[in-house]
Amino acid sequence: MTEIFGVPTQALFGQLLIGLINGSFYAMLSLGLAVIFGLLNIINFTHGAQYMMGAFCAYFLLEFAGVGYWWSLLIVPMVVGITGIVVERTMLARLYKLDHLYGLLLTFGLALILQGLFTNYYGSSGLPYRIPNELTGGIDLGFMLLPKYRAWVIVASLVVCLGTWFVIERTKLGAYLRAATENRALVQAFGVNVPRMITLTYGFGVGLAALAGVMAAPIYQVNPQMGANLIIVVFAVVVIGGMGSILGAILTGFGLGIVEGLTKVFYPEASNTVIFVIMVIVLLIKPAGLFGKER
Amino acid sequence: MPDALTTARPAGPGTATAPLLSVRDLNAWYGESHILHGVTFDVRAGEVVTLLGRNGAGKTTTLRSIMGIVPRREGSIAYDGQETVRLASNRIARMGIAYCPEERGIFASLNVEENLLLPPIVRDGGLSIEQIFELFPNLKERLSSQGTKLSGGEQQMLAIGRILRTGARLLLLDEPTEGLAPVIVQQIGRTIARLKAQGFTILLVEQNFRFAATVADRHYVMDHGRVADMIPNSELGANMAKLHDYLGV
Repeated sequence: MTEIFGVPTQALFGQLLIGLINGSFYAMLSLGLAVIFGLLNIINFTHGAQYMMGAFCAYFLLEFAGVGYWWSLLIVPMVVGITGIVVERTMLARLYKLDHLYGLLLTFGLALILQGLFTNYYGSSGLPYRIPNELTGGIDLGFMLLPKYRAWVIVASLVVCLGTWFVIERTKLGAYLRAATENRALVQAFGVNVPRMITLTYGFGVGLAALAGVMAAPIYQVNPQMGANLIIVVFAVVVIGGMGSILGAILTGFGLGIVEGLTKVFYPEASNTVIFVIMVIVLLIKPAGLFGKER
Repeated sequence: MPDALTTARPAGPGTATAPLLSVRDLNAWYGESHILHGVTFDVRAGEVVTLLGRNGAGKTTTLRSIMGIVPRREGSIAYDGQETVRLASNRIARMGIAYCPEERGIFASLNVEENLLLPPIVRDGGLSIEQIFELFPNLKERLSSQGTKLSGGEQQMLAIGRILRTGARLLLLDEPTEGLAPVIVQQIGRTIARLKAQGFTILLVEQNFRFAATVADRHYVMDHGRVADMIPNSELGANMAKLHDYLGV
């Protein structure tokens, strides 16, 4: 068996793959958080619960309506996105003029309520969700077996992340979004319906979390706590990347997934804490984050 | 012969002599502080009118109130006969009013071209990009630069240029000459004259009343959140002593 730095290559590539998969979810979730924070000035603690709702929504569609994975990828982000829009219109819209802290508390409370409700009805043991038939099995790369579904998750999340980046950085719609992130009042004074744009942005960010939830359902089980476990790491990713930076969120998400995977190979004891250690170091050296700008 | 008189002086909204903008008893607040205490003035279509006054007299707040971006305002602001005081700022902009803020409001995360094209077209009849480049040739060479990398003068040109595209007929300009070199102040003065010739109506906030005298038809002097006086530009010379008193210069 071949080895690199005394580690079997199979174990190394296996952990790198897991790192990339985790990184895909970190990237998609932190991207949504960054977009929401940039425009709404809200630290969306409900993000993990909305990711969990995405997974549950896919599960319900399959169990009760026979709607499979591929349609779920389309339907679930819209359904959960609409719940986000309702939350924004009825609750978050009242908080924009206040300190970040109020939005954080409200969304944190909502997350606890949602997780509590789902735990109450579905317990804390996970529900299974099958990998779609088209993506079962794996591809033999010679040095390792690459499960097709995992390859799909990595590619799909890259496409989603880069697509989002493109829309924000290279289109007229994105220019409105970037401008409103800097000076909401002025953009509205130019005749743009900024309140509507804010509502749709929140819906989009929430939809992105739900999409990640659907993609996660076949890998991790569908579980009321799945978001709570992930969101803490994702917040660390956002802090490291820099709040409000789109490309920063994507790169940091994938990068930290890989770092975490590699840590599992070389020093497994630290694999659960390595991201937080990096966060502390980044906060000490560059408080605005690797890609963030000082405000 | 009363008929000749009435036909010669048509009345009612939208006609030449009715004010395009009519502000009546305008009050505005920022949180607890009451900034405007019953501001009343008119701007007629095609006029260039300035608001003069010391710092803190309420000039900027008046512009922001017209644009609908103060937290709280009361009274009446009619544009082209339509009441706007309860409308959101995006609705006000869509009626054909455009605002160039004192701090210029150039977006750092947008390049010059994106900044220029950002404000949506609200009506027909705005300037084309070519006409804007003709007014401000500097902008054409800097299109891909980051908006805030421009010099102060260029940023001011961008801030004015981008609202000329939209088809807005009433331009609210807040201290467009502040902190700029004399040669650029002159360029902005010429621009305002050309815009007036093209039929734009301009409400200008100025500290620099020597500049204001070169471009404006009338001046409203503001003091402590009220309009204290109105001076036609032709009578500016005769009112110099009074003006010095108001402005404290």
